Amino acid sequence: MLKKTGLITYLQVTPLTVVLVLFFVIPVALVVVVSFFRYKMLVGLVPDFTFQNYADLLSNPTTWSLYVSTIKFTLIVLLVTFVLGFWISYFLVFHVRNLLTAIGLFLLCTVPFWTSTIIRMISWRPVLGREGLINSGLQGAGIVDQPFDWLLFSDFSVVVAYVHLFTLFMIVPIFNSMARIDKSLLEAAVDAGATRWGVVWNVVLPLSKTGIALGALFVVTLVMGDFFVVTVMSGGLSGSATSGIFNDLQFLNYPRAAASAVILLIVVLVIAASIFRLVDVRKELVR
Amino acid sequence: MSASPSYGSRPWTFYVLATLFTLFVIFLYGPMIAVLILSFQGPSASLVFPLRDPSFMWFDELFNPRRTGDVVGAFNRSLPLAILVMFLTVLISVTAGFAFRRRFKGATAIFYTAIASLIVPGLVLSIGTLVTFRYLGMSANWYTSALGAHLSWALPFGLLIMFAVLGRLNPSYEEAAFDLGATKWQIVKEVVVPIVFPGMIAVALFGFTLSYDEFPRSWLTVGTKNTLPLEIWTMTTNVTSPALYALGAVTTFVSFIVIAVALASIILIQRKRFRGK
Repeated sequence: MLKKTGLITYLQVTPLTVVLVLFFVIPVALVVVVSFFRYKMLVGLVPDFTFQNYADLLSNPTTWSLYVSTIKFTLIVLLVTFVLGFWISYFLVFHVRNLLTAIGLFLLCTVPFWTSTIIRMISWRPVLGREGLINSGLQGAGIVDQPFDWLLFSDFSVVVAYVHLFTLFMIVPIFNSMARIDKSLLEAAVDAGATRWGVVWNVVLPLSKTGIALGALFVVTLVMGDFFVVTVMSGGLSGSATSGIFNDLQFLNYPRAAASAVILLIVVLVIAASIFRLVDVRKELVR
Repeated sequence: MSASPSYGSRPWTFYVLATLFTLFVIFLYGPMIAVLILSFQGPSASLVFPLRDPSFMWFDELFNPRRTGDVVGAFNRSLPLAILVMFLTVLISVTAGFAFRRRFKGATAIFYTAIASLIVPGLVLSIGTLVTFRYLGMSANWYTSALGAHLSWALPFGLLIMFAVLGRLNPSYEEAAFDLGATKWQIVKEVVVPIVFPGMIAVALFGFTLSYDEFPRSWLTVGTKNTLPLEIWTMTTNVTSPALYALGAVTTFVSFIVIAVALASIILIQRKRFRGK
């Protein structure tokens, strides 16, 4: 019964394929096509095959500075979420002795993921603002006289919001990888004379690399493709690689927005491909 | 008892990491709790602490759409959309998950397409879906284009969860049941479903919440009428009263109900399973 493959398997995978083709492959392909179209005032899209949109974008210094700023955010957020995600997963898997407690604490970390992103962003306002909790706390304690202005609507608050929103995406896959590590491996390493740090570096880290790779993939694509967090949390002061798309769309300049989207897509795919080169994610997942 | 490496008594790293963990949880929940408290702000309408004359007036304001926009209407679109996405995600990713247990032509291509669909920036997909609908001569609507855009992101998540779940469903269990004389239907009912069901609820939870909270993929695809996250986004720019916090408290409350229902049903099923043995 189990060996019979064929028609049924294809039928089972058909709905998924149809949705992916209709709502992913075709839309993305059309974005690529439209990116070569011309934009005419009042008319909108004019079918064409021109590299003008790309030339416009790539010769514009704003594009480059936005990418530099986005990549800066991506690297900082990647580093912070990785450190947090790795050590929190390590704590849950190897330090919490009761399995049920570990699962409970893990769920505690994941619950906010299932609540609204925008609300979680806004909720930093009464904390970080000029009259917010942190500033009034510091002033109340007499540590500072003047409230800190850089806490909200700054690069700092953007990073705080990203870390707040996206650390979950690191914890879940790393936790999943670590939970599969055979504990006797760690004991063997200790018996063979490894220090605690040596065990982390030589056993736990290499065996969690699938989780780390998946987490990094999520964080990179989420930060690179973000427009809304950076806009709200920087108070409109900072932009992201997607800001150009947003502006073009407001003037209905679809071709140039599409060209921006294609550039972003290429950057994200190159990063994703290099992560996949380092780790064969599929082999590890289906294992 | 001990699931951890046997170092004897708790090492100092335990206390360091326990502190880190506690701080992280405070970091996660602190701001949400602050918003929850401030949503009861009195008529002073102050957006920051302290809380003066606690009242329900901002909740009241929320359901009186004179100034805050069409919150109720947005909710009435977001909820059915999320439920629709939930059912379709469970149905489609569970069946596809079973297909991937066997080798078939195109498996790798479909898998990587799904992963690509997961990582493509939501804004790019939003533009693409809008352009596609335009070429088809259809207008964007929450139950057509937004539904598709949400599925393109919820399905890969569902598929990944199904991989994790089905990885634990060893084919030899089914073979053993078959050898012991179980019918096909009995195998599904007694072996497959009990193992897969908790995972299906997890998929449902993901499907619901990914849609209910989704912003970038909804942005251009919902058409003229907003879903809840878009309505909140509009409010962040033009509502400067604690009504915004009240809305935050209400949506978070809805999310918590959904999470609680999902987790409670997983726990119930697991308990039933263990009692049955």
